[in-house]
Amino acid sequence: MRRYDAVKAIVECLRDEYIIACNGRISRELFAIKDQPRNFYMLGSMGLASAIGLGASLAKPNKKIVILAGDGNILMSLGTLATIGKASPKNLIHIVLDNECHESTGGQATSSSITKLDIIASSAGFANSKCTDSADMLKEVLKKFLRIEGPSFIHVKVNRKRVEVPRVSLSPPEIKDRFMKEFLKH
Amino acid sequence: MNHKEFCSLLKKNGFDFYTGVPCSILSNIIIYMSRSTEFTYIPATREDEAIGVAVGAYMGGKRPVVLMQNSGLGNSINALTSLVLPYQIPLLFIISWRGYQGKDEPEHIFMGKYMIDFLKVMKVPTEIIEKDVVEEQVMRNSRIMEEQKIPIALILKKDVIM
Repeated sequence: MRRYDAVKAIVECLRDEYIIACNGRISRELFAIKDQPRNFYMLGSMGLASAIGLGASLAKPNKKIVILAGDGNILMSLGTLATIGKASPKNLIHIVLDNECHESTGGQATSSSITKLDIIASSAGFANSKCTDSADMLKEVLKKFLRIEGPSFIHVKVNRKRVEVPRVSLSPPEIKDRFMKEFLKH
Repeated sequence: MNHKEFCSLLKKNGFDFYTGVPCSILSNIIIYMSRSTEFTYIPATREDEAIGVAVGAYMGGKRPVVLMQNSGLGNSINALTSLVLPYQIPLLFIISWRGYQGKDEPEHIFMGKYMIDFLKVMKVPTEIIEKDVVEEQVMRNSRIMEEQKIPIALILKKDVIM
């Protein structure tokens, strides 16, 4: 499965959830597939998507947060999985789209061909954790995790085939302001 | 001022979400926040992670404070320059000052010397907490932070808040 198709499959399962998308091509693909105010595109600060998602989920326990991170992002701050496990927000789903490389900088390998990220997440205290490499199973698992209490983790193995997408054309304050406008309703 | 009064002062000024990494200078404050039901304190593994958590909480309507030792400022530079500053997030930092005037363990000497300059270069308004005017400092900076959508750092030396 291409990562682009995984992002598409995820978006198709979501309705009123809020998405924290990490830097690099994941934000760009989400922006191309379905731009909406409920998307927060983290343009820089590599490694911090998990932390931002945690803070958002703790601040708004009645809203569901979905983090879209890559293997490079999550490996940069594996400690955040422990912080999430301890804080244990029920409304958080953490998805990792793992192509075993830093794709946007030229495909340099990461350690995730060896590192079992889903097992690390369950050891860190996530309530649910699954690994998959198929779009159908991804959809099935995500739909289930949307119904049950988290924190939940989905490790999605994707290939390195790239789909050309434009850059996110919003400024950082625009991304934040329109996200907050939606997120702070009710 | 003691640590309980300092925590109440932050609360009185509307701060309602705390995260960070401990320091011996911040010890009483963080222990109190962690144990009191009136405070939410999320222990982070790194200072930049604490900043990420605070940014998420801010977008969810909280007014967060990030507490750290000045050694953690090194870990925080990218979170500041590529997240907090460009997205214009108001955040209060309380940073302890190890290595003040060069009188400390060797690992604290360089950051102790350069911390204020690092903050100045990033144009983060910085004030050293003074026992006698701390109430005014928190109140004024809390307002400026909100109006200008910027981070502000309050620096805490040893033995100022007991």
